[in-house]
Amino acid sequence: MLAELTHGCPLRCPYCANPTRLVTRSGELDTGEWRRVLGEAAALGVLHAHLSGGEPLLRGDLAEIVAGASGIYCQLVTSGVGLTRERLAELADAGLRSVQLSVQGSSAAASDVIAGRRSFAAKERAARLVVAAGLPLGVNIVLHRHNLDAVDELIELALAWGANRVELANVQFQGWALVNRRALMPTRDQVAAARAKVAAWRGRTEVELVWVAPDYVDGTPKPCMGGWGAISLTVAPDGRVLPCPAAYDLPLDLPNVRDHPLEWIWADSPAFNAYRGTAWMREPCSGCPRRHEDFGGCRCQAYALTGDPRRTDPACALSPDHHLVTEAVEDGGGAFTYRTFSRPRPVL
Amino acid sequence: MTGPEAAGGPDPADPVARLGAADAAGGWRPVLGAGAVLRRCDVRQAELLIVPERIVVLNDEAAAIIRLCDGGRTVAEIVAEFPPEGAADVRGFLDDVRARGWLR
Ligand SMILES: C[S@@+](CC[C@H](N)C(=O)[O-])C[C@H]1O[C@@H](n2cnc3c(N)ncnc32)[C@H](O)[C@@H]1O
Ligand code: SF4
Ligand code: SF4
Repeated sequence: MLAELTHGCPLRCPYCANPTRLVTRSGELDTGEWRRVLGEAAALGVLHAHLSGGEPLLRGDLAEIVAGASGIYCQLVTSGVGLTRERLAELADAGLRSVQLSVQGSSAAASDVIAGRRSFAAKERAARLVVAAGLPLGVNIVLHRHNLDAVDELIELALAWGANRVELANVQFQGWALVNRRALMPTRDQVAAARAKVAAWRGRTEVELVWVAPDYVDGTPKPCMGGWGAISLTVAPDGRVLPCPAAYDLPLDLPNVRDHPLEWIWADSPAFNAYRGTAWMREPCSGCPRRHEDFGGCRCQAYALTGDPRRTDPACALSPDHHLVTEAVEDGGGAFTYRTFSRPRPVL
Repeated sequence: MTGPEAAGGPDPADPVARLGAADAAGGWRPVLGAGAVLRRCDVRQAELLIVPERIVVLNDEAAAIIRLCDGGRTVAEIVAEFPPEGAADVRGFLDDVRARGWLR
């Protein structure tokens, strides 16, 4: 389960997969509501919770939420901004098991430009605190046009910080990242070079290096969440429950934990049943041998690019809409639109 | 072509390298690695080993072995709890789990 505790964030990453219509702080679930949701999730059989956002450290009640997690294995997914020794000790005492820290670039200057705020030093300090506390540290890096060439330096940095796991996620074009698609789009050469560098690292380190593939460039759709409503759910800051963190804009009536028990939402809500299994599929997916592995690709991407959530994900080379993706790959460049709560304003 | 030597030798942050040294210094007393949790799931009726980003379903024997990894018992003491004909399997299992970083 992914718990987006807040959409508030001190950073402004243009690649942020959060929705362009962010939930304001006043609409957030309160402490008691989050603890109830985690309890319902535990009863459903949820084992892992990613406490994420936005920036989850903005929630002053984070330790109380962790303490109410009813045995669920909790991981903090954070930008690192706001993590102090005291805060981490409080979280570890409450039962936090692991921390995943994002970094935007391999130097302070490069990272801070992408984050849209000075934050690299805070990240470096956060990594030191996590390692000193004896918690496993994951370092998450979103890769795109402006940092793929530095993948060696990024891996070196993560290892120097003491990471047990490094996630190298090629940017997924959802939310703000779709707004910034041109500015973030890598060239095919950049991706090929980075992929070779990562492969070379695998012989050099025992640390787990996870490569999240670039679906646009590869022409291979990503498996939709391991199946729609099959293994994962996301709770939004305001209590809406989504089968996928990118599903905010789909034409679905999203159920809310304020109105329904999580068990009904998971098993019976129309949103969680909309694309379950394979019966909803159309050609070419419905007759394709890969449909049980990738589930026809990403519904959110199909909708965002074609206006029809039942179509084959255009990232798939077999999709009749695949040209939408190949044209976008050839059309990279341009400036960032930083993430913001207000509508993007033109800059003079 | 790049081997570990070219990367600067054993990395102090490398769990396997570190464990090798500890092992040579005295008998290994296995204990769950950082962030690894053993728990029962009533919904699935199974014993699980949970680590960041992974959930491992254990069979009864695997769960019994891991439960003995309390940082106090040596490998020999853990092996002695099981029938002698399975000793090599128990040792092999412990090494395998350690190589994944879930025991240290
Ligand atoms: C939305 S962030 C929220 C947590 C925290 N603010 C952070 O950045 O780590 C959750 C995770 O998603 C990753 N992420 C954000 N946008 C992404 C995108 N467009 N594609 C892939 N991963 C993304 C981040 O790097 C982070 O690891
Ligand atoms: S990806 Fe960046 S902007 Fe988005 S929530 Fe994380 S730190 Fe904030
Ligand atoms: S046609 Fe559909 S099922 Fe087949 S590979 Fe493409 S997205 Fe997957």
